[in-house]
Amino acid sequence: MKTKKLEQGTLIVLLIIAGIFPFLSGRYLLSVGISILVMALLGQSWNLMSGYAGQFSFGHAAFFGIGAYASSILYMDYGLSPWLGMLVGMVLAAAVGVIIGFLSFRYKLRGDFFALVTLAFAEMLRVLFNNTKALKGATGVLIPYKNAWREFQFADDKAFYFILLAMVMAATIFIAVMNRRKFGVCLVAIKENQEAAGSLGVPVLKYKLSAMAISAAIAAMAGTFYAQYYGFIDPTVVFAASISVEAIVPCIIGGAGTLGGPLLGALIIIPLQELSNSLFEGTNGINMILYGALIVLFVVFCRDGIYGTIIRRLKGVKT
Amino acid sequence: MNIQALQSLLDGILMGGVYALAALGLSLIFGVLKITNFAHGAMMTVGMYVVYALASGMGISPYLALPAAMVLMFLMGFLIQRFPIHYIEKAPAHNQLLLTLGVAYILENTLLLVFTPNYQTLTVSGFDKALRVGGLTFAPAKLIAFCVVIVVTGCVYFLLYRTHTGNSIRASAQNDTGARLMGINVRNIRAAAFGIGAVCTGIAGGLLTPIMSIYPTLGESFQLKCFVIAVLGGMGNLWGALISGLIIGVIESLSGYYLGGSWSDMLIYGVFILILFVRPTGLFGKVNRREN
Repeated sequence: MKTKKLEQGTLIVLLIIAGIFPFLSGRYLLSVGISILVMALLGQSWNLMSGYAGQFSFGHAAFFGIGAYASSILYMDYGLSPWLGMLVGMVLAAAVGVIIGFLSFRYKLRGDFFALVTLAFAEMLRVLFNNTKALKGATGVLIPYKNAWREFQFADDKAFYFILLAMVMAATIFIAVMNRRKFGVCLVAIKENQEAAGSLGVPVLKYKLSAMAISAAIAAMAGTFYAQYYGFIDPTVVFAASISVEAIVPCIIGGAGTLGGPLLGALIIIPLQELSNSLFEGTNGINMILYGALIVLFVVFCRDGIYGTIIRRLKGVKT
Repeated sequence: MNIQALQSLLDGILMGGVYALAALGLSLIFGVLKITNFAHGAMMTVGMYVVYALASGMGISPYLALPAAMVLMFLMGFLIQRFPIHYIEKAPAHNQLLLTLGVAYILENTLLLVFTPNYQTLTVSGFDKALRVGGLTFAPAKLIAFCVVIVVTGCVYFLLYRTHTGNSIRASAQNDTGARLMGINVRNIRAAAFGIGAVCTGIAGGLLTPIMSIYPTLGESFQLKCFVIAVLGGMGNLWGALISGLIIGVIESLSGYYLGGSWSDMLIYGVFILILFVRPTGLFGKVNRREN
């Protein structure tokens, strides 16, 4: 119980810091803050499906890209407000998630083969969008700038920041509430031992698909935000394998299957990247070598991630 | 079938051979170590650059650089397995996948650091002339690549099925503990298996160096193709990898000819997804991967 209080306290402190941050920082730091939150949102999305429910996805770019494209195309071609476009994107991504999940679970794919299927779907979408005129092809979508609420565009980056913060909070609170309910408990049971959970009456397929759908919807939300904030998307950017990796890495560093893991992970990785970018300016590669080394080190030496390790220590659980 | 279609069929077979060799390495690594190696494409690029550096730096033929590349690739693969991967052998599959992903980033970006992101082209003298037989064009580099692939594949089979090391590798793939009880140094044998896998993909890369312009992230485009081939042939099934390499090579070039280059990728990924769902053991596979 003590750790739960501590966890809540930490998250509230984080939230307060995140709330004050934009008023103390300049343009550059604010953009770093937004990068952190985008990664945190993607991470939280992956965390739900892969960290909690144990279905290892290597293709979250598929959902991210669907979200980005749904709102952008609906806005550019039909004038639909990106807010509504975002909802459409979330529904679409959830539907695609359910289809991928249903087929995979129907054919009993697990582990690394499931990861390969999700990767292949994301790659297929990338090629599809790249070569289909109706989907804007390789040129992508450039979203014209109009400062208005309805257009999901703001002159002040602070507005973007707070909207994104609200999204991250919503995803985190959702997972926190889920954890206390039957759904969350059953997901963990499915992750630990699917057959045992099933034999105890847990509707395994339904719960796994729900987790995938919600996770996909969150990733799609991040996609729409990305399109609106950066104002430009193309298939090689939003369906890139690096997006899928960006969803995984914060969870690995912070701790998959923990509430604060992806948040902490993003809070560590992005500043590290910014730091190494400025330290090694002009030299290609060092930045990503460090990124790779970080992944290797955490997978080998700190499998529970930083947050996960701290929680485990506090609870006094030995491995 | 007109002559262009026949030409692309031929190109498909020749390129398919190179894919097959790279996928053979992936399949071997999976079969012995049960690791989904996401660093495979990056290791292939390392092979390309080693051959490129030796050939352009010392002015020797890229094919003479291959043996040196083999030694380097083996050492690299051996060390990758022996150090990071060895420590997480008991971890869930996805952790190993992530580890190899981290290794891929390190390899790729080291190349980026050393060789810059620019395209590099190796020109081999005498290779600008193509052989023409009855309207078909045989590019010398592709022909040599195919011949080398056959020789190397033969060597790998000999190594795996006719030598003590090969027996040890297969024994530890079948039963780790049993192999250990028979006095096999499983740790080194597994590392050797990874090394051989790295050599396969490195040679495949090296053979492509005279054929295409290379850049540090080139391997990424071969990565998924290798997975497709290895899964189609049945992960761990080496003959399967060889045959499905040719199949994918032909599908790629024929669909590229009839549908256009980018749609052939679509088709290949489609085949991949279908195979994963319907026949995850591959066309020729025996091992049941469903009960993971």
